Amino acid sequence: MESLKKILGVVWILLAVVTAYFCVFEFGIPKLYTGHQEDLVFGIIILCILTPIISIGMAVFGYFALRGEYAKKKM
Amino acid sequence: MNNAKKTLWKVIGASSLGTLIEWYDFFIFGSLSIVLSTKFFPADNPTAAFLSTLATFAAGFVVRPFGALFFGRLGDLIGRKYTFMVTLMLMGGATFLIGCTPSYESIGFLAPLIVLLLRLLQGLALGGEYGGAATYVAEHSPEGQRGYWTSWIQTTATFGLFISLVVILLTRLLLTEAQFDEWGWRVPFVLSIFMVYVSYLIRKNMDESPEFKRAKSEGKTAKSPLRESFGNTYNLKFVLLALFGAAMGQGVVWYTGQFYSMSFMKTVMFLDTDQADLILGIALLLGTPFFVVFGKLSDRLGRKWVMLTGMLLAILTYRPIYEAMYQLTNIEKKTEQADLRRQTVMAKETAAGQILEETITKYFTDGTTVKHITTSMPALAQDGGTQDEAVQFKPSQKTTVLISGINYVCLVILIFVQIVYITLVYGPIAAFLVEMFPVKIRYTSMSLPYHIGNGIFGGLLPAVSTYLATNAQLQGKVDFYLSGLWYPIGVAGVCFIIGAIYISKSMNANAVKP
Repeated sequence: MESLKKILGVVWILLAVVTAYFCVFEFGIPKLYTGHQEDLVFGIIILCILTPIISIGMAVFGYFALRGEYAKKKM
Repeated sequence: MNNAKKTLWKVIGASSLGTLIEWYDFFIFGSLSIVLSTKFFPADNPTAAFLSTLATFAAGFVVRPFGALFFGRLGDLIGRKYTFMVTLMLMGGATFLIGCTPSYESIGFLAPLIVLLLRLLQGLALGGEYGGAATYVAEHSPEGQRGYWTSWIQTTATFGLFISLVVILLTRLLLTEAQFDEWGWRVPFVLSIFMVYVSYLIRKNMDESPEFKRAKSEGKTAKSPLRESFGNTYNLKFVLLALFGAAMGQGVVWYTGQFYSMSFMKTVMFLDTDQADLILGIALLLGTPFFVVFGKLSDRLGRKWVMLTGMLLAILTYRPIYEAMYQLTNIEKKTEQADLRRQTVMAKETAAGQILEETITKYFTDGTTVKHITTSMPALAQDGGTQDEAVQFKPSQKTTVLISGINYVCLVILIFVQIVYITLVYGPIAAFLVEMFPVKIRYTSMSLPYHIGNGIFGGLLPAVSTYLATNAQLQGKVDFYLSGLWYPIGVAGVCFIIGAIYISKSMNANAVKP
C-alpha cells in the first residue's frame, strides 16, 4: 500500500497537468473571446483563481504523495 | 436528561439556528435571482450586467474561501464564539440591506454596486460561519459522538434551502403577482433580520468552546494560524488530503443532488417550475433526517467509509438515475389521447402591435400533460417590422410538462435517493474535518478545504456540465443530456480513490501534531 501511495503521486501530478491544460486552453481562454461579458468574467476567474487552486493544489498533493509524506509512519 | 446533555442541546440549537439562517440568507439571493436582475441588474445595461456576473461568480468562487481564511484565522486567534457571532451579524445585516436597497430605477448605478458589495459580504460571512459552527459543536461534543452531534449542523444547508423555498413560495401565495414584483420580493430579505436577532440573543449567552478555552488558558493557541496551517508541510498535507480525499467529492455530490437535479428537471425535462420546486422540497424534507443517521453511523463505523460509500453510489448510479428521470417526461415513449388535445389562441394588444399566444395542450394516457406555448407577432411576420418592434419583441416557444401519479412518485424517489447520497457524504464530514486538525489551527485548516470543495468544485458544476452536454449535443450523441454528469462522476471518482488509499482510520484518532 505504501508503494502504491507513492506511485500514484505521479498520477496526481499528471492529472494536475491535464487539469491545467483543460482549465486554460479548453475552458478559460476560449471564454475570453466569446464576446459575452459574463463569459469574460468567468474566464478571468477560471484562469486567475480556479486553475491555480485546483492544479497547483493537486500537483503539490501528488508531490507529497511521491515523497512518501502520506506513509503510515508519517501520519 | 442530565445537565451536560442539556448544555449540549443548547449548543446545537444555538449553532444550528445561526448556520441555518446563514444558508437561508445565502440561498434566497439565488432563488430570487430573476427578480433581482430586473430590479438591480437590467440586462440591456452592460455595466449592470457586468456587476451581476461578478455577484454571481465572485460570491461563491472567490469570497467564500477568502472568508474561510479571514474568519478562520480570527477564530483560531480570539475564539470560536465571537467569530461566528460576527459572521452571523454580517450575513444578517447584508441580507437585510439587500432587501432595503432602492432599485436601479431609483438610484441608478449605485443600486447594483451596493447589491454587489452586500452579496460579497454574504459570501465572506458564509465562508467564516460554517467552520466556526462545526468546530464549536465538535469541541463541545463527547469523545466518540462527534459525528452525531455535528450532523445537526450538517442538516442546516439543506434545510436552509428548503426554508428559503418555503418563505418565497408563501410570500408569493400571500401577495398578488404585481405586489410581489413591486415590493414583495423584499420580504424574504427583510425577514432575515428578525431571525438573525433571535439567533444572536441565543448565541450571545453561550460559553466559548471548552477545548479552545483550555488551549487559551495554557497559552497553546496559534500566534499565526495561516502560517501554521499552510506554511507547515506537516499540516498542509492534511489540508490537501481533506480537500482532494473528501471535500472535493462531497462538494460535487452535494451540488448534483440539490442544484443539478433542479436544473435538469426544469431545463432538460421541461418540468413545470412549481412542480419541480415542490418535488425537490419533498425530497429534501424526507432526506434531511438521514444527515443525523449517517453522522451517528460514522461514530460507530468511522467517517471514511460512510463518506466514500456515498461517493461510490453516486459514481455508479448517477447515469441510470438521470436516464430514468429523463424517461419520465419523454413523450416519445408515451401514448397521447389525441381526442383530448386542445388548442387555444390568445391575442394581446401591446404598444408595438398584436401578440398572439398559441397554446397546444396534449394529454397522455399515463396522466402526463404537455403544453406547447408559442408567441408570435403577425405584423412582424408579414412585413419584417420596424427596428424598434424587432428589438422589443422576440418570438418564443416554450414547453412545460406536468406529471402525475406513479411518475410523480418515481421522480420524488429518484431525487430522494440523490439527497440520501448527500447525507452519506455530508453527514460525517464536519466531524471528519474537525478531527483532522489540532485545536490551535482547527478553524482555519478545516474551513479552507471545505469551502474550496464546495464553492469551487461544487460551484463549477453548472458551467462544466453545460459545456460537456453542449459538446455532446454538437457531436450528435443520443444521450447528450447525460454527458454533464461526467464532471461530478469524474471528480467524485478521483476523490474516492484518494480517500480510499490515503485516508487512514488512525489518522483521525491522532490529531495532527503541531
